[in-house]
Amino acid sequence: MAEETHIAAGQAAAPAIKLRHINKAFGAVQANRDVCLTVVPGTIHGIIGENGAGKSTLMSILYGFYEADSGEILIGGKPTPIRTSRDAIDAGIGMVHQHFMLVDTMSVVENIMLGAESGAILTSSVAKARAELERLERDYNLDVDPDALAGELPVGQQQRVEILKALYRGADILILDEPTGVLTPQETDQLFRILDSLRKQGVTVVLITHKLREIMAITDHVSVMRGGEMVADRVTAATSKEELAELMVGRKVLLSVDKQAPRVGDTVLSVEDLTYVDRAGVARVDHVSFQVRAGEVVGIAGVSGNGQSELLELLSGIRPMTAGQVDVLGERFSAARPLDPAAMRALQVAHVPEDRLRMGLVRTFEAEESAILGYHRDPAYNRGLFMNGEAIRSDCAKKMADFDVRPQAPALKTANFSGGNQQKIVLARELSRGPRLLLVGQPTRGVDIGAIEFIHKNLIAMRDAGSAVLLVSVELEEIMSISDRILVMFEGRIVGEVPAAQADERLLGLMMANAATEEEALATHPGLPGAIAVEPE
Amino acid sequence: MSTAPVKIPRWVDVGLIPVINIALAFLVSGVILFAIDVHPLEAVEIILYGAFGYDEALGYTLYYTTNFVFTGLAVAVAFHASLFNIGGEGQAYIGGLGVGLGILALDPYLPFIVILPLAILLSAAFGAAWAAIPAYLQAYRGSHIVITTIMFNFIAAALMVYLMVNVLIQPGSMSPESREFAEAGHLPFMHEVFGWFGVKVTPSPLNLSVVWAAICCLLVWVFIWHTRWGYEIRTVGANETAAVYAGIDPKKVIMLAMCVSGALAGFVGINEVMGVHHRLLLNFTAGYGFTGIAVALMGRNHPVGIVLASLLFGMLYQGGAELAFEEPKVTREMVVTIQGLVILFSGALAYMMKGPVERTYVRIVGMTQRPAAQEG
Amino acid sequence: MADLLLNLLLSFDATLRVATPLVFCAMAGLFSERSGVIDISLEGKMLAAAFAAASMAAVSGSAWLALGTGILVSICLALLHGFACITHRGDQVVSGVAINILVSGLTVVLGIAWFARGGQTPSVGPEARFTPITLPGAEALADVPVIGALYSELISGHNLLVYVAFAMVPLTWWVVYRTRFGLRLRAVGENPNAVDTAGISVARLRYTAVLCDGVLCGFAGTYLSIAQNAAFVREMTAGQGYIALAALIFGKWRPVPAMLACLMFGFLDAVAIRLQGVEVPVIGPIPVQLIQALPYVLTVVLLAGFIGRAVAPKAIGTPYVKER
Repeated sequence: MAEETHIAAGQAAAPAIKLRHINKAFGAVQANRDVCLTVVPGTIHGIIGENGAGKSTLMSILYGFYEADSGEILIGGKPTPIRTSRDAIDAGIGMVHQHFMLVDTMSVVENIMLGAESGAILTSSVAKARAELERLERDYNLDVDPDALAGELPVGQQQRVEILKALYRGADILILDEPTGVLTPQETDQLFRILDSLRKQGVTVVLITHKLREIMAITDHVSVMRGGEMVADRVTAATSKEELAELMVGRKVLLSVDKQAPRVGDTVLSVEDLTYVDRAGVARVDHVSFQVRAGEVVGIAGVSGNGQSELLELLSGIRPMTAGQVDVLGERFSAARPLDPAAMRALQVAHVPEDRLRMGLVRTFEAEESAILGYHRDPAYNRGLFMNGEAIRSDCAKKMADFDVRPQAPALKTANFSGGNQQKIVLARELSRGPRLLLVGQPTRGVDIGAIEFIHKNLIAMRDAGSAVLLVSVELEEIMSISDRILVMFEGRIVGEVPAAQADERLLGLMMANAATEEEALATHPGLPGAIAVEPE
Repeated sequence: MSTAPVKIPRWVDVGLIPVINIALAFLVSGVILFAIDVHPLEAVEIILYGAFGYDEALGYTLYYTTNFVFTGLAVAVAFHASLFNIGGEGQAYIGGLGVGLGILALDPYLPFIVILPLAILLSAAFGAAWAAIPAYLQAYRGSHIVITTIMFNFIAAALMVYLMVNVLIQPGSMSPESREFAEAGHLPFMHEVFGWFGVKVTPSPLNLSVVWAAICCLLVWVFIWHTRWGYEIRTVGANETAAVYAGIDPKKVIMLAMCVSGALAGFVGINEVMGVHHRLLLNFTAGYGFTGIAVALMGRNHPVGIVLASLLFGMLYQGGAELAFEEPKVTREMVVTIQGLVILFSGALAYMMKGPVERTYVRIVGMTQRPAAQEG
Repeated sequence: MADLLLNLLLSFDATLRVATPLVFCAMAGLFSERSGVIDISLEGKMLAAAFAAASMAAVSGSAWLALGTGILVSICLALLHGFACITHRGDQVVSGVAINILVSGLTVVLGIAWFARGGQTPSVGPEARFTPITLPGAEALADVPVIGALYSELISGHNLLVYVAFAMVPLTWWVVYRTRFGLRLRAVGENPNAVDTAGISVARLRYTAVLCDGVLCGFAGTYLSIAQNAAFVREMTAGQGYIALAALIFGKWRPVPAMLACLMFGFLDAVAIRLQGVEVPVIGPIPVQLIQALPYVLTVVLLAGFIGRAVAPKAIGTPYVKER
């Protein structure tokens, strides 16, 4: 692919998208500040930035989901006010959202024609949609069964339905918001091939991501956002991962955490043939066996949705196991004697849940109430029949001081703390009791850089103090920098184990996609054929 | 230069907006009165005088208030677990049945001092039991508690009619009422209590239950905010996933919250059966259970708010009766109408005024702060 | 034997009459709930429409004008429900309760203010009512065994609104499953985000749904006061709105099963009237109250999932807020 042709063509034609001085605030938070953007038609334009940099907000404005407070949008050179998604669709913009916008109980055809029906009565619409769908599938090589129920398709296919939806509406500008978050590297590769063929047909693609290698692999241009502002525009060929990373973060970040060799002790957690079958009869966790010993961090890597979340919830007693057995600190649990969260806490097992707002905290509670969640029956917080308000408050104040929670206000509502500080409240609650086993899920999701370092250091400190730590994260860098051993999960099974010292992203990526067992991966590594179009380091 | 956003203080949210919502409900009520040719302000005057103007009226007002405190607390406790208990009416009815059965069985043998705690226990147990079935079905069978509690109101009504007409009716009587309780089964009227201390008060239905209602307010406050069970109820109500994470069993909490709720509603039976009528009869709940919904919404599920809201509705019931007497065009159903409007404005439309009020507040504060900022 | 058959036939005949308001309300609730808006105010809207229709019939003497008024009033309440739940994202159950209580008070207040008959409206003559219609050929066929009896006794001889009610069932099915509006309706109750991003206004769609709900409740109320009866009586809906809601849930939010549930509850009600005072061996006379409570008891049993499972539209009960 010759970039210069695209750029040359782009200079001749009016820009597909031009954003001028877009501002958007949510209450006190300035999500977009004076953002300008120019996208050349027929190219793939990447927008990169950390979580919370304002990428999604900007694209939601472009798609009419939000209205900008000020600024101007030009589509194909024409000023185009976009107030609703209808305006965006009329302007030829299609969007594939991070969370798919499909109606699970309806078929693919019904989903595709929703909002773009050709008449008040469905019969003719269905026939037309079918014919058009067949054409699109042929032209873009997007194969989907039109009669399947959307909810029953695998995620990769659901994403295709979303792309087809946009194309069916005649979109010539396609926005994809973090499209690879739920895909394996191989599915990602397929998606990129689709995007490439779209580009060849003249479709303009805007790709939002926080993954550098995707930008390098597929885009023609890249814009970098940070803290709600657009900080740089580059031609992809003329930049590097290192430069983009620095632009994204604003300063050099050392992701590797200083740590010493683990001093491993006795086995604390021993899992054997643990199985969890959900209501639909799918084995989400499938005969999983492993051990975690005192003084080590075992990381579980995997594309999200491959059973890691369920594993963590099984071990903390939130989900009932279907079969297998779990030995925790000398106690044996099985389907007949299920784990339960209260009993696990009594065994000094702490759990930092994946989603703090859904599970780890109660937004409407005062911070001090959230800080005893799960330990509220502890005699330390109770005086006979009543709760001991002073003890709860002073305990919370101490935890806040220890974990540098800001503001240090135990009576403030939990919802009024920032994401990082909420996470610190959860960590303070779970870590300050010196647990013997620590279950941690996505500890740094949606947390600012400074807090990430703090959290990582604390986890290592727990390990060094002799706790057994089980870490689940979809951030490979996090897994690699903290863990001593790495287990890879795929479709509910553990498909391999790698010592952290020998792990790299490519090897783990292949194992996560179940493209290789550990032996095969190790045997063929590093001379693997480039399954993923990543430029060499 | 960016202006710092103005923080909305708590009193706007907890004080001002609820008051505005209630004011709106009364405004619409005024319009309705106006439409049926009754002067709203005169009506207010009659209501106020009828509710507070003389000691008998005050007695009646407080007697109604007592019922509303019970049913309001009942709805509020369930609300804290995020459960909408529409079954207060049926639970109150069955609670009364418990009181009646107990006293009918025991009053020949036991003194008042033994019967009273037993009656309180029975009203609580019967009310709780009637709430426990919908709670069980919600917790363990997944049926919607709103629908089942509605159905249980109808079933309670049918059951009571059957029992009164076929079983409990006083032999030889024409109306479906039980025999009158013996003296030991009467809860003293407040005018009698005042009489013991030599204070002369005009007789009214107000009885000692009002004291029990006050105690219940305190107990509910302690229970919800200062015990681990209350903590668990609030956790389940606010975030069920977090509750499961915390080792709290939402099923048990649903049972607990609904049983406490049903017990509180059951106390209406103490006031009505033991305190006023001194016999079992039909329809003594008279819609108090539904008023509890308005009371809880208006009182924001807090005992202090519930007492205030109950007083307001006590006033409306008693003053409304006076109004119906004075103004033939008005009936007591006007109070039901107002009740519906209160639920509408302080419940369903609770957020309607939030935006405008907060914007107005910001504008006012902005205007007063700007000169100060320029000086500094 | 023939006696029993005739009795059964008469019970079925009564069933149709009793089930008519239930069918109207169940179809009404179907539109609203399929769009994601819980509607427990079927009862209130029906009561208001009954009062409005009876009042208008008494004043104007026109059944059609009365029907229009009933529908209009019901629509106003439906829009109020929409205003609270859709525009202001209020709690849908609370809003429904508010409407029910408001209407139960207001119909009596206005009834007494306007007519001074203790909450009743004046009885209207047949010219201001929907009266039974004899279908063509009913008399001619009456003597034909079985079919004739079925046609002339069961099918023929109902008022217009009964036929409208049962015609509403296939119509509702067609609208929900065969039209663009129906597709969007089903989508918005499952995933409003999908509808919004497809460029369709969630609010407008839900308002349209509650509007349909209002129209159908208007029919139900009008039927009660000036077709089945000749006047409005206070609280004349007597919980039928709730029964209709239960039938809708029992029918898993689908038109035909919901109608069958309505017929079953209607049948129970119809036999209850006939079973009054009937002696059963050993037990003695069946308590009337037991039969009266049976629909509610059955509903509870059904809802408890002892017979099948009803899966509600996924987005029901949650106001639509664009997520950040």
